[in-house]
Amino acid sequence: MNKRDFLKGMILFFPAGGLLELAREAHATEGPAAAAPAASAPAAPATNGKASGIGKAYDAGSHFYGMGIEVDKCIGCSRCVEACKAENNVPAEPFYFRTWVERYSIKKDGEAVVECINVRGKHAGDRVEDEPDVLRTFFVPKLCNHCANPPCVQVCPVGATFATKDGVVLVDGTRCVGCRYCIQACPYGARYLNPATRTADKCTFCYHRLVKGLNPACVEVCPTQARIFGDLKSKASRLVRFARMNKIHVLKPALNTEPKVYYAQLDGEVR
Amino acid sequence: MRIPEQVKRLGLLTVILVSVVLVGRFVLIPRALVAKELHREAAVQREAARPVKLAGSALCQECHDDVATKKRAGFHKGLSCEGCHGPAAQHTEDPSAVKPPAPRDRKFCPVCHAYDASRPTGFPQINPTSHNPLKPCISCHNPHDPVPPNVPRECSACHGQIEHTKAVSSHALLACTTCHKVPEQHRKTPHTAAPTKPETREFCIGCHGQASTRKEAPKIEAAHGGSYLCWQCHYPHLPEGRS
Amino acid sequence: MSPDTIAGMYELLDQVTGYIYPNEIEIHWSILIVVYPYVTGLVAGAFILASLVKVFSVEAVRPTYRLALLTALSFLLVAPLPLLLHLGRPERFYEILLTPNPTSAMAMFGFVYAWYLMGVLLLEIWFEYRRDLVVLARQHDGRWMRLVHRVLSLWSSDISEAAIRFDKRAIKAITLIGIPSAFLLHGYVGFIFGSVKANPWWGSVLMPIVFLMSAIVSGIALVIFLYMVITALRRQPIDMPCVDTITSYLFYAVIVDFSLEALDFIHRLYQSEESVKILARLISNKLFMSLFVLQILLGMFIPLGILIVAKSGKFNEDLRKLMYFTAVILIQLGIFSTRWNVVIGGQLFSKSFRGLMTYKMEVMGIEGLLTALVLLALPFAILFVLVRVLPTTRLEEQAPRALPHAAGD
Repeated sequence: MNKRDFLKGMILFFPAGGLLELAREAHATEGPAAAAPAASAPAAPATNGKASGIGKAYDAGSHFYGMGIEVDKCIGCSRCVEACKAENNVPAEPFYFRTWVERYSIKKDGEAVVECINVRGKHAGDRVEDEPDVLRTFFVPKLCNHCANPPCVQVCPVGATFATKDGVVLVDGTRCVGCRYCIQACPYGARYLNPATRTADKCTFCYHRLVKGLNPACVEVCPTQARIFGDLKSKASRLVRFARMNKIHVLKPALNTEPKVYYAQLDGEVR
Repeated sequence: MRIPEQVKRLGLLTVILVSVVLVGRFVLIPRALVAKELHREAAVQREAARPVKLAGSALCQECHDDVATKKRAGFHKGLSCEGCHGPAAQHTEDPSAVKPPAPRDRKFCPVCHAYDASRPTGFPQINPTSHNPLKPCISCHNPHDPVPPNVPRECSACHGQIEHTKAVSSHALLACTTCHKVPEQHRKTPHTAAPTKPETREFCIGCHGQASTRKEAPKIEAAHGGSYLCWQCHYPHLPEGRS
Repeated sequence: MSPDTIAGMYELLDQVTGYIYPNEIEIHWSILIVVYPYVTGLVAGAFILASLVKVFSVEAVRPTYRLALLTALSFLLVAPLPLLLHLGRPERFYEILLTPNPTSAMAMFGFVYAWYLMGVLLLEIWFEYRRDLVVLARQHDGRWMRLVHRVLSLWSSDISEAAIRFDKRAIKAITLIGIPSAFLLHGYVGFIFGSVKANPWWGSVLMPIVFLMSAIVSGIALVIFLYMVITALRRQPIDMPCVDTITSYLFYAVIVDFSLEALDFIHRLYQSEESVKILARLISNKLFMSLFVLQILLGMFIPLGILIVAKSGKFNEDLRKLMYFTAVILIQLGIFSTRWNVVIGGQLFSKSFRGLMTYKMEVMGIEGLLTALVLLALPFAILFVLVRVLPTTRLEEQAPRALPHAAGD
């Protein structure tokens, strides 16, 4: 990238970052929100799509990533699921998901009917008639929680799955032997065995995008900003604000996995 | 003490086996094969070197500034370009060779905008079958600034869930404006100008009190419900859950 | 991915009841992983029976002592095979030995296994057989067999009284260490399941203990079965007091095993934790046959009944043999069902606690029924070879005319 492009990038970048904040605020209040400082946006200039490793500028130790999800904002469009499949070469069949969306319908008698909208015929908008006797109904996106105390890392016999310094749980595809103990140990059903490589696979928070200062693909395409990605170590990040303004829930807290995907407005029926 | 012969032989075998294992593991096998930190470092590098498929809206703006400006002011300001146009990183590398598709089919927009009871109320939803059938969505709505050609006449354009619930209730024939005062601005910028909700018991007593002339509305005693507001117990869009 | 597998997965999708996480449609641990704890269990059980002779001095059981050791060895050699075959990348198996993760029960099991094989079982077998091997190395008819025996004895030659006494003391010491090692071996397998907090059917403190007790039951039953079959094939007289004693121990083991499993059941029902609803659906819908009919009725109650009847009445030897034989076969079936119910059963319900899946066992294929049957048959083939090389009865106890080369038949 030459100087001109770099400058152009920088000049466009700060307003772009500010506008992303503006867009988020406006979506919530539609008032003339002050353009939030671009400090919340990624620090490196937006790069092109070339594959490249971690640049020297990236210091894993100064980041600790997590994700926030606002359940009330999810419209169940599944853009996130498709973007993830495209970005990460996830097999297209509806049996392999790094992220998926669930639909909950809680009936008046207390019964909770749950389905995954990414399998055949269950997409949002597919159903013509409303379900009868529904008290509450909503969508919940799910993905790997990148736990701070991950049971999958604990049980891997060869140490192929591990947590990075910046809080992302990865699988070393060259060392995984495919024993599937990690898949059994994950309480959230976030892992699958990749049929092509026959090794364990799961959401990586789009690590290859993070190190370039980009958001994960699912966060990028969410039309309602139901997914909020951020750096817990940053003093001003979208995730820190999310944690300030919302009561936070995690999935299966009793298992003490210390998940780093934080849900706001999470219903008690969600497992 | 004399060491029994069998122990000597076993001992020798054990020493041989243990040496073979130790030498093999710690001397012969190169460190690169067994060092966990090296493996993880390599795995992290490998992961980080994967190709990026979605360029990100910030990058699209660099060339498509006009579209970005238009989009910035409209209802779709929060959408990423690639949410509709698909992954475009290849396009950023070679713009003339690879062109992202621009969805024009009527089947595309309902992915987000088709009515679904689980979608949050207030999100604009239509019935794809009955809403201007056969016309492409983009013939009336510019996807980069999708202001509807007519300001929505019906509340159900965004509040379909409430409309569906109310339609089978005893309040079905009541217009939304019976109970809610809706400022005109609400149709254009919904979040800035919110409709009102009845704040007093007297409002409902207007139809449901003893003095009311509305024959079809059930009447209640003045003491009914103490000092609570009516809608704190009765859901006005489906009172008593009766259809 | 092959179209067959995809079509198969869609079929599985149709058979899901309730809600499952979408990735859970695939049952990952197949029948091979049912075979694995079954086989290691037999090892532990057979060894515990052998230890009755050496540590607890139950002389009545001695006729089966060597057979029990050889049985344990045959099954122990086969135990890693189902693990190897079920790996997604079996060619990388060495990683478990090179860079094991110390927090992983599966990785540490590899070392427990190695210790048990080399430090306990092979060592004990060697000390037990050393004298006979030295004698056979000198006296065997065949040249190659003499060489085999010499190698196996590690070119040992001292069979003096003092040496034999030392051997006996060594065996006792090894067995003493061997009992907790056997507990560790199969307890570890139980721990592999019992430590998974994500799965309420597996994750329980009782799991290693229940596994161990059912292992002991199956191991003892297997040795009885093999003893009866081998003596029948050799047309030798069966030692009934021996069999009567062993079946008594089997009886007690089944009682303890049943009590532990009943305790687990009652405990779950009483505590009534969140998972109890889906687990109740699991055992009444998916596991009804394999749990209530095979594991409990056919695998425990009926054999217990048979054993009680056999020991109470004044039945003659032939009838008792028949009853014991039936009982041990039913017990094997029951313990195999136990493993099935744990391994497969634990994967048939969703971790969302809202749905049930199906396991479609393939017949061919590396993780299919055929492979499982071959793996179950393989130890018997190994045992067949072993008893030819290592005699099951001590040489001096055999008839004087029976020359060494007839000893292994």
